[in-house]
Amino acid sequence: MTPLLIPTLAQTALVLVLAPLLAGVIKNWKAKLQNRRGPPVWQPYFDLLKFLRKDMVLSEHASWLFSATPYVLFLSVLIVGLMVPMLSEQPPLKWFGGALAVIGLLALGRFFLALAGLDPASAFGGMGSSREMTISAIAEPAMMLSIFTVAITAGSTNLGQIVHTVAGQSSAFLNPSHLLAFAALFIVLLAETGRVPVDNPATHLELRMIHEAMVLEYSGRYLALIEWSASMKQLVLMTLIVNIFFPAGIAADWSAASAGRALLFFVGKLLLLSGAVVLVETTNAKLRLFRVPDLLSAAFILAALALLSTFLFK
Amino acid sequence: MEGLPMLLLTLTLWGYVIGALAGLLCWQREKLANLLSFGSATLAALGGLGASVVCLVGDATSFSIRWDFLESAVPYLKFSVRLDPLSAFFLLIVSSLGLALSIYSFGYARGFYGRTKVGVLGAFYNALLLATTFVFIADNAFFFLVSWELMAMTAYFLVTFEHEQPEARHAGVLYFIMSHIGTGCIILGFLLLFQASGGYGFIGFHALGERMSAGRRDAAFLLFLAGFGVKAGIVPLHIWLPAAHPVAPSNVSALLSGVIIKSGIYGLTRVYFDFLGTPPLWWGVTLLVVGSVSALLGVLYALMDHDLKRLLAYHSIENIGIILMGLGAALMFQHANHPLLGAMALIAGLYHTINHALFKGLLFLGAGAVQHAAHTRNMEELGGLIKRMPRTAFFFLIGAVAISALPPLNGFVSEWLTYQSLLQGFGATGSLTRLIFPISGALLALTGALAAACFVKAFGITFLAQPRSVQAERAHEASPTMLAGMALLAVACVFLGLFPNQFLPLFDPLTDQLLGVQISRQLAAPGGIVLSSLGLEAGTVSTLGITLTAVCLLPIPLALWIFFGRAAARQTGMTWACGQKTLTPQMQYTATGFSKPLRIIFKALFRPHRAVQAEFEFSPYFARTIRFESHIEETFEARIYRPLQRFILRTSRRMRALQAGSLQAYLIYIFVTLLLLLILTL
Repeated sequence: MTPLLIPTLAQTALVLVLAPLLAGVIKNWKAKLQNRRGPPVWQPYFDLLKFLRKDMVLSEHASWLFSATPYVLFLSVLIVGLMVPMLSEQPPLKWFGGALAVIGLLALGRFFLALAGLDPASAFGGMGSSREMTISAIAEPAMMLSIFTVAITAGSTNLGQIVHTVAGQSSAFLNPSHLLAFAALFIVLLAETGRVPVDNPATHLELRMIHEAMVLEYSGRYLALIEWSASMKQLVLMTLIVNIFFPAGIAADWSAASAGRALLFFVGKLLLLSGAVVLVETTNAKLRLFRVPDLLSAAFILAALALLSTFLFK
Repeated sequence: MEGLPMLLLTLTLWGYVIGALAGLLCWQREKLANLLSFGSATLAALGGLGASVVCLVGDATSFSIRWDFLESAVPYLKFSVRLDPLSAFFLLIVSSLGLALSIYSFGYARGFYGRTKVGVLGAFYNALLLATTFVFIADNAFFFLVSWELMAMTAYFLVTFEHEQPEARHAGVLYFIMSHIGTGCIILGFLLLFQASGGYGFIGFHALGERMSAGRRDAAFLLFLAGFGVKAGIVPLHIWLPAAHPVAPSNVSALLSGVIIKSGIYGLTRVYFDFLGTPPLWWGVTLLVVGSVSALLGVLYALMDHDLKRLLAYHSIENIGIILMGLGAALMFQHANHPLLGAMALIAGLYHTINHALFKGLLFLGAGAVQHAAHTRNMEELGGLIKRMPRTAFFFLIGAVAISALPPLNGFVSEWLTYQSLLQGFGATGSLTRLIFPISGALLALTGALAAACFVKAFGITFLAQPRSVQAERAHEASPTMLAGMALLAVACVFLGLFPNQFLPLFDPLTDQLLGVQISRQLAAPGGIVLSSLGLEAGTVSTLGITLTAVCLLPIPLALWIFFGRAAARQTGMTWACGQKTLTPQMQYTATGFSKPLRIIFKALFRPHRAVQAEFEFSPYFARTIRFESHIEETFEARIYRPLQRFILRTSRRMRALQAGSLQAYLIYIFVTLLLLLILTL
């Protein structure tokens, strides 16, 4: 148990601490690219601290479900964070679930959040829930198919095993099936984390919101948990992408030296992917809601092509 | 060992008989009829549960039970029953659901006091359970068909139980016709088997396919697929299901959706895995395709429906599809001679079968409690019930999480097994057909995500926010026995979700019987809480581990609260309404609104129709009345069944000219027929 304890604590701390920072970096870079000064990168920490200390106002119509949701969401995303290989190929919870459990747990958090959107009897919340569930429903096949593609190559749904297999191939990033699956998952990432072509995280118009509309009635401590979970989800999905497709620098075990080196590589890769996200966000306009299915079906077709090419280029 | 299950089984059968008779005899005394018929059913179901569990955990010798319990004068018809592993497994399903439903019925049937005859309901309910039990344990095709018809007939009487409503009568007729088309196919299928074996005993049918010609075997495959498919509700033979299941009393709806449609799955498993021998490739492919299509279309139609019970009925079609995906993959592995993978896929399908019985039963009971309390099934008139019926809401939520295949409940476990079999199928088979595995996996992902969306709608609109009607506002919590029935099923869902490793050994005798392998050891990783997909490297999951980790991590958010937020106050306020003074229930999102994005995205399938009529006072901005109408096309009815119906009616009308009613004409017919026959024989 002891050898597993330190990695578990380390990765828990890493997920909790790194997630707000990553969100802050993306926000800051986006502002820079738009010729604004932007908030400092550690602004999300201040926000969380402030939310945690603030008084809460709960809707008179809300039920216990509304209070339970932040905890369900926070815990489910945190557990996903422990299932994804970050510094080492061996995530702490590797026996407790692989790719399918990750997708399932993210869906669990979303399910409760969507219910909490309906709970306070507001039209905005319902609208957010409806749109969130719609978009995630059409994003899910693309996500599953691209994960199937890498899982088939590795012969396993165990994420550690997948990363290990890819790390073992010398030119994996040139493999067409890998590139196509990467492209598909990148689109899914934009949809799942509420990024610009799909949702605008910075909008203040209720009618345009998706994620923000669902959490409109939250305040104080609960809002802190939800915002934190959202940034952790973003971190986890980005980790999944960078480590599956570019496993360079990832450690094979949990020794201090290799983990330190892996941390450097990990942060570097995350920053690169954040740069890509920021570029996409800045150079694209938000799509109309009913154009989003087109984007996501493009992702699905990319994933299907990825699958076909594993078959063809074997 | 042999004596106990047999004794329990006999008690079960007699229990249902007594329950049915008691219901009929005491029909004038409602309370007594309620107590006797459902009490008897409870005890009988308990007996069946005991018998199946004793058999499935016992050694192989416990499956030698076979006896003729009645002498029969009809040749070939033998009233012989046998409890083999497959029968025992389905007996487990019908008994466990029957137990919870019977307890629930004590309270539920009280709602019929003074309106209809509770005794009659109890009698038919017991008869249906009896017939279904017979279907699962019959050991002779003739007897199987007799039980099958008995099951279909009693189900018909229960569907039309509230026959005052035209809706129920219409659904009953539709069900009756479809059911008999199915039975016709099954009879033809059994005749093919009879030709090859010379008898009607199921023992003689074992691996019979090897001795049949390929053409007859394929014909049998298709006939049974159509016949059992009608009962199971696969697309496009499903149209009776969403009509018939909602109109029955809710305890019966749960039985219909939970168990009766599973008799189709039982029939398919029995025939394909026991009788027809090693399958050709296209059987499995057909089943997988039919399953994927049924799953997807079932959930899409469920999303568009706002009648709580009809929505659940459509979800039955979806789940039957998921079960068929497991069975189809198992057939493909059997063709490719991969018994281990075949066993995993078969277990995935059958695990989902029992899971679906449990959570669908639970959801129908919840819907029944809602209908009981608010007198409507229309979700647009419900809302806010979580405060008025908190326990029912909690149980319904468990069912909703389970059916949406979310961890850590049972739906997730069986879908995980399905995904794993599909994934490993890709590596295990050659040829281009293996592309079907990941594609159907992606369709399953779409289905699962849409099911989650649908249950956000079903739970959110029904139980959350403000009540949308006066009845919903006046709703009250269900009675203790109704809650007990739901609690039992909720506990079962949680148990099968958290402890799959403890449940999987029950499948060993079954896979041993059908495929000759036992794989519960390979599926259960050492340590006891991790489920593996035949090997630790291929993928593992542990729902119990996830739950325990969540408990261990719970101190983190709590510590944040205690450390930072202790001084923060917590107050109740109004929901943000853009500055308006009040927030009326009309301002909430509706079920129609919730599913609108998906209605637009899938408009090629739904062909939505909407019409808005507004009358204006003086300016187009101030409408006096607005009439809004929106509906979707029922594609299968409109494109297949209605043209077919018109064709049949037209042909019959033409045939009518022959039957003019004149004696002379009939005499001529007879004369001409005789003449033709004479010419033919010459």
